[in-house]
Amino acid sequence: MAVWRVVRPGGPRAVGAAWFGSALLIAAAALLPIVSLAWIAAGADGGHWRHLVDHVLPVALSNTVVLLCGVALIVTAVGTACAWLVTAYDFPGRRTLGWALLLPLAMPTYIVAYVYLDMLHPIGPVQGAIRWLLGYDSPRQFRLPDLRSMGGAIVLMGCVLYPYVYLTMRALFASQSRRLLEAARTLGEGRWGAFRRVAWPLARPALAVGLSLALLETLNDIGASEFLGINTLTVSIYSTWVTRSDLAAAAQIACAMLVAVAGLMVLEAHGRRHQRFGNTRNQDGMTPIRLQGAWAWGATVATAIPVVLGFVAPAAYLVVDVVQRLASGQHLTVNLYNGLRNSVGLALGVSALVVAGGLVVAWTDRRISAASPPSTWLTRAASVGYAVPGSVLAIGLLAPGLAIDRAWAWLTDAPGLPLMNFGAILVGACCIRFMAMSAGSIGAGLSRIAPEIEQSARLLGETHVGTLRRVHLPLLRPAIAVAALLVFVDAMKELPVTLLLRPMNFDTLATVLYGEAARGAYEEGALAALAIVLAGLLPVVWLARTQFTSHSPRKPAS
Amino acid sequence: MTPTLHIEDLRIAYSRSATQPPAVDRVSLTLPAGEMGCLLGPSGCGKTSILRAIAGFEPVKAGRITLGGVLLSSPQIHLPPERRRVGMMFQDGALFPHLDAAENIAFGLRRLEHAARTDRVNRLLDLVGLAGLGSRYPHELSGGQQQRVALARALAPSPELLLLDEPFSSLDHATRHRLGADVRDIIKAAGHTAIMVTHDEAEAHALGDRVGVMKTGRLLSWTPRREAVVDPFAEPQQAA
Repeated sequence: MAVWRVVRPGGPRAVGAAWFGSALLIAAAALLPIVSLAWIAAGADGGHWRHLVDHVLPVALSNTVVLLCGVALIVTAVGTACAWLVTAYDFPGRRTLGWALLLPLAMPTYIVAYVYLDMLHPIGPVQGAIRWLLGYDSPRQFRLPDLRSMGGAIVLMGCVLYPYVYLTMRALFASQSRRLLEAARTLGEGRWGAFRRVAWPLARPALAVGLSLALLETLNDIGASEFLGINTLTVSIYSTWVTRSDLAAAAQIACAMLVAVAGLMVLEAHGRRHQRFGNTRNQDGMTPIRLQGAWAWGATVATAIPVVLGFVAPAAYLVVDVVQRLASGQHLTVNLYNGLRNSVGLALGVSALVVAGGLVVAWTDRRISAASPPSTWLTRAASVGYAVPGSVLAIGLLAPGLAIDRAWAWLTDAPGLPLMNFGAILVGACCIRFMAMSAGSIGAGLSRIAPEIEQSARLLGETHVGTLRRVHLPLLRPAIAVAALLVFVDAMKELPVTLLLRPMNFDTLATVLYGEAARGAYEEGALAALAIVLAGLLPVVWLARTQFTSHSPRKPAS
Repeated sequence: MTPTLHIEDLRIAYSRSATQPPAVDRVSLTLPAGEMGCLLGPSGCGKTSILRAIAGFEPVKAGRITLGGVLLSSPQIHLPPERRRVGMMFQDGALFPHLDAAENIAFGLRRLEHAARTDRVNRLLDLVGLAGLGSRYPHELSGGQQQRVALARALAPSPELLLLDEPFSSLDHATRHRLGADVRDIIKAAGHTAIMVTHDEAEAHALGDRVGVMKTGRLLSWTPRREAVVDPFAEPQQAA
C-alpha cells in the first residue's frame, strides 16, 4: 500500500528550491544597496560626518524640505481641484480634459525645467513678446522673476507631478457613493460643505498615496533641481561623488535621504490605514452636475491651465524647435543616434529582465502563501527599490559592484572593472529600481486568477510549473505587457542612476540631454527630449484608457 | 406640529426625448401634518424619483412641491436640498464611514453649542436604542443598528418632513420586522410627517397612515391604509 507524505499547502516547499532561491536572491539584491549604504556610512570616519553636518546637510536638507512642502501644496491643490471638477461637474471639454490632465506624466521633470528655462529666458520668446506688447526695448527695462529659484522649481515640478494626486483622487471620487453627498445636503450642508466634510476626508487615503508618489519623484529628481540652482540632497549626493569622489560622504547623505523616504512611506502607510473607508463604491456612483454660463467656462479654463503648463506648452515648444532645426538642415548627430540606440537597448534589456524577475517573485509569493493568511513579503522586499531615489540606489550599489568587479577581475585576470564597463551594474540598478512595477502588476494579475483554476489544472495532471506555463502565463499576458511597457518607458527616461553608473563613453537620450544642458545648450537636446516625451506618452494613453473607462462617471444631471 | 406636504401635477423626466415616457407623470398628493405616507410599487415605477424630487435631488419638469405653504420645487424654482428642512433615510443608510455613530448623528447639528449637541446626540441614541454605542464606527455596527443610526441622524436637525427610501430592504426578515415597528413608533412619538417608499405591500399597510399605489410613473391611488391587512410587524400569536 502506498503511503503518502502529508504536506501542508504553502511554504517554501510548495514552489521548489530553484524558484524560491531565485526569488530570495532578487529580494536580497533589492535590499543590498540599503545594507551597503549603512555599512559604508558607518565605516566612514567622524570627520566626514562633521563636515557634512557643518557645510552640506543644513542647506541641502532645508532646500529639500522646502521643495517637498512646496510641491506637496501645489500637487494637492491642483490634483484635488481638477479631480473634483471633472468628477462632480459637467462643463465644456470635460471628457477630453479628463484624460488630458494625465499628459504631464509623460514629461520628465528635467525636460520641463530645460524647456521653461529656454522659453522664459530674458531674451527668449515669451519675455520678448511681453516686452514687445508693453513697448520695452531691452531686458533691462522689463524682465520676469528668475526661474532659477526655489519658487520656480516648486512651480515647475508641481506642474508635471500633480497627475499622481489627480489620478488617485479622481479614481476615489468616482467610486464614492452619491448618497453620502446627498445625505450631507439633506443635513444642511451646501456643495462646498458636502465636499469639505464628506468627500475630502474620505479621499485622504488616495491623497496620501498620490502625494507620496509625487514626493518620491521630487526626491528622485536631479536634472531639474540642478539646473534651477537648488542644491537638494540628491544633487549633493551626485556632486559629492562625481566632483569629490567621496563615496563615504555620499553614502552618509544618502542615509539622510533614506530618512526622508521613510517619512514618506509612513505618510503613505498612515493614509492607507483608513483606506477601507475611502472606497464606498456601489450602484450609485457620482453624477456630475451640469454647470451653466460663466461657471462652466471657468471650470474649462481652470482644468485646462495645468494641461497647458505641464504638457502642451513645453511639448509644442520642443516640436517647433525640432522642426526648425530639421528645416535648417540639422540632422541626427552621431551622439544623438548612439543615445537613442543605447536608450532603447537599455530599456529593452531592463524590461525583459524585470518582467522575468517580477514573474519569479510574484509566482513564488503566490505559491508559498497558498496557506492562509496570504503574505506578500517577497514582493514587498523585492519592490523596495522603487522608493529609493535613483542617486541613493546608485551610491548603494557602487561598493558591492566594485567589490564584485575586483573579485571577478582577480578570478579571470580581466583588466579594469569588467562589470562596470560592461554596464552590468547599471542594468542591475535599473532592475532593482523598477522591480516594483513588474512584481506589483504581475502579482495583481495573479490575484485575479481564482485558485480553483489552478486546482483544476493540478487535478488534470499538471505540475505547478506546467500550470504556470499553460494556464497562468496566457491569462497574465495583459499584466505582463503593462509591466513591460511601464518599465520600458521609465528606463528610457531614467537619469540619476544612468548618470552615476554608466560605463565610460556610454550615453542615453537622457544623459545626452543632461550633457547639452550642462554645457548651457539645452536647445541642442530638443530632439532627445522630444523622443523621451513621445515614449512617455505610451503608458499615459494606456493609463487614460484603462483608468477612465472603468471609472467613467454617469451621465450628467441638470 | 410639522407642516403639510402638497404635490401637484408632478412630472419628472430623465430623457429629453418626447418619445420616452417620464419617470413620474401627473402625480398629485397631500400628506397631512403628523401622518406617515407610504408609496408602494414595483421597481422602476417612479416612487424613489418622487422622494428625490422632494429632497431636491431631481429637477421637476412640471407641477410643484410645497411644504407648509413654502414652494420647494417647480420648473422655475428649485430650493437647494440643504435649505428644505427635509431629512432623508437612505436604502443602505449612507452613513459617513469616516465618522462614528455619534459624529454621524451630530453631522447636521453644527450650529448647536457643544453641550447642547452632545445632549441631543445622546437623547437620539437613547431613542433609537443605541445608548452606549455612539463611539462605534459604521462598519462595527450590524445592518439594523446602522439603519437606527441613519434614522437618528435624519431626525437630529428636527426636519419638517422625513423621507424614507426603502430603509429596510437590505435587512433580514426578523430585523426588518422589529425595526419597522420601532421606526414607526419613534416617528409617531416625535410627531413627524414622513413619507416612505417600499415595494412590500404588507409593510406599506402596516406602517403608513396613507398608502399610495404607483405603476409606470402614475399614482393610481392615495388612500388611508386598509385596517384589515395583517400587520407583519405584530407580535406572533401563541398557538392555543
